[in-house]
Amino acid sequence: MIGVVSFGMGNIGSVCNALEHLGHTPLIASAPEDLDKADRIILPGVGAFPAAMTRLSTSGFLDALNDQVREKGKPVLGICLGMQLLAETGTEFGDCAGLGWISGRVEIIPRGSSDLRLPQIGWNELVLKDNAQLFANIEGDTSCYFVHSYQLLPTDPSDIVATVDYGGPVTAAVQRDHIFGAQFHPEKSARVGLAVLDNFAKV
Amino acid sequence: MLKTRIIPVLYLMNGLIVRSEGFREFKVIGNPINQLERLNDWLADELVYIDITRDGDYDLRRDDMKLKGADDVIGILRQISKSAFMPLTFGGRIKSIEDVDSFIHNGADKVLINSQAYHQPGLVTEVAEKYGSQAMVVGIDVHREGDGHAMYVDQGRTRVDDDPLAYARQAEERGAGEIMLNSIDRDGSAEGYDTDIISAMAAAVRIPVIACGGVGTFEHFRPGIDKGHASAVAAGNIFHFTENAYKRAKKQLHRRGYNVRYPNDI
Repeated sequence: MIGVVSFGMGNIGSVCNALEHLGHTPLIASAPEDLDKADRIILPGVGAFPAAMTRLSTSGFLDALNDQVREKGKPVLGICLGMQLLAETGTEFGDCAGLGWISGRVEIIPRGSSDLRLPQIGWNELVLKDNAQLFANIEGDTSCYFVHSYQLLPTDPSDIVATVDYGGPVTAAVQRDHIFGAQFHPEKSARVGLAVLDNFAKV
Repeated sequence: MLKTRIIPVLYLMNGLIVRSEGFREFKVIGNPINQLERLNDWLADELVYIDITRDGDYDLRRDDMKLKGADDVIGILRQISKSAFMPLTFGGRIKSIEDVDSFIHNGADKVLINSQAYHQPGLVTEVAEKYGSQAMVVGIDVHREGDGHAMYVDQGRTRVDDDPLAYARQAEERGAGEIMLNSIDRDGSAEGYDTDIISAMAAAVRIPVIACGGVGTFEHFRPGIDKGHASAVAAGNIFHFTENAYKRAKKQLHRRGYNVRYPNDI
């Protein structure tokens, strides 16, 4: 079963709908102990970085996630803000400690040219690193749906497995061992997004 | 690079999909649930549903139309979100944060708020703080007046003195993540977008502007992108009355070198 962490940051219904559509069984984890039953974990999230970390901490999910992912080695997929939370440090509204599973910081996308609109909202085509597990068997147009102003910048660039061009390369997906992250919304990215979720369900 | 989004807009009235013209004339053209399969076939970039049922109309009409009542829109959303894996925006008739909660909790990614964002500007901030700016689309309806444009609220019934561009900037400051700009006089006209106001608005704000109102042929999308500088081009009627319109529109733009999403399946 795929545990979907429900900690009050965004709509988890779409993620569950997509998993069910693919024939997988989502387990809505409303309490930290629910994750015991999951063999892998999805951490979705929409909203602000510090608010999300506070919620993870007060709900008990922070300790549980560290135990399940760090100690027990269960694969995890962070989506959107959930991916950013994998980092050591967030910088939205000041520096804030993240889960720290991927070394690096979350920074606002550089505006560079003045006509770059933030947030980046819409479909952007992924530039994939070879043999990235999340993107196995995906062909053709790799556009996925993004909604974000911040990006995860890993200390080790080899943690980046996909980028998009938005005023320069922007981190679209990361992987370090069994820890995965997608900045886009796979549950909203039609065929490509469903394939990403299916790939994660099989790692 | 970010793709220019092509967005079908579906107008709901008493739970049915209608065609709209000038915000005044409406013709029932289908049932949203029956159209689900077609929507998935469209491989749309995004879908926008706007409930344009007039206040108080639900009870009057529900009997002869055999509909279930005002909660239908939530029911429609729930069903759509189960099988449409693309961003969903719902709007129309939103009066309070509780209405917003209901849409978001039932599967909407964004809400579109028009009149109430004007009458109760704090609502925009409230939604942005609760769900993030990306979930808050502010709708602005304009009508051409001579060389300029006047802004209207209450489903096009009330003209207000605000300058649409200044109002859009205020909406951005309050937390709007996108602006959906609709031209009342172009609505259902098939005359093409009013690119003057679209380009002015795209220049006035730093959030994406979705252009709407006036598309009658596939040729009409391009001016919205080239002259209007819209981040997304939306249309209603053309997608209902032209066979395979969505795919054909995408194909044509793609062939002409426009940066649109073009899945293999198309």
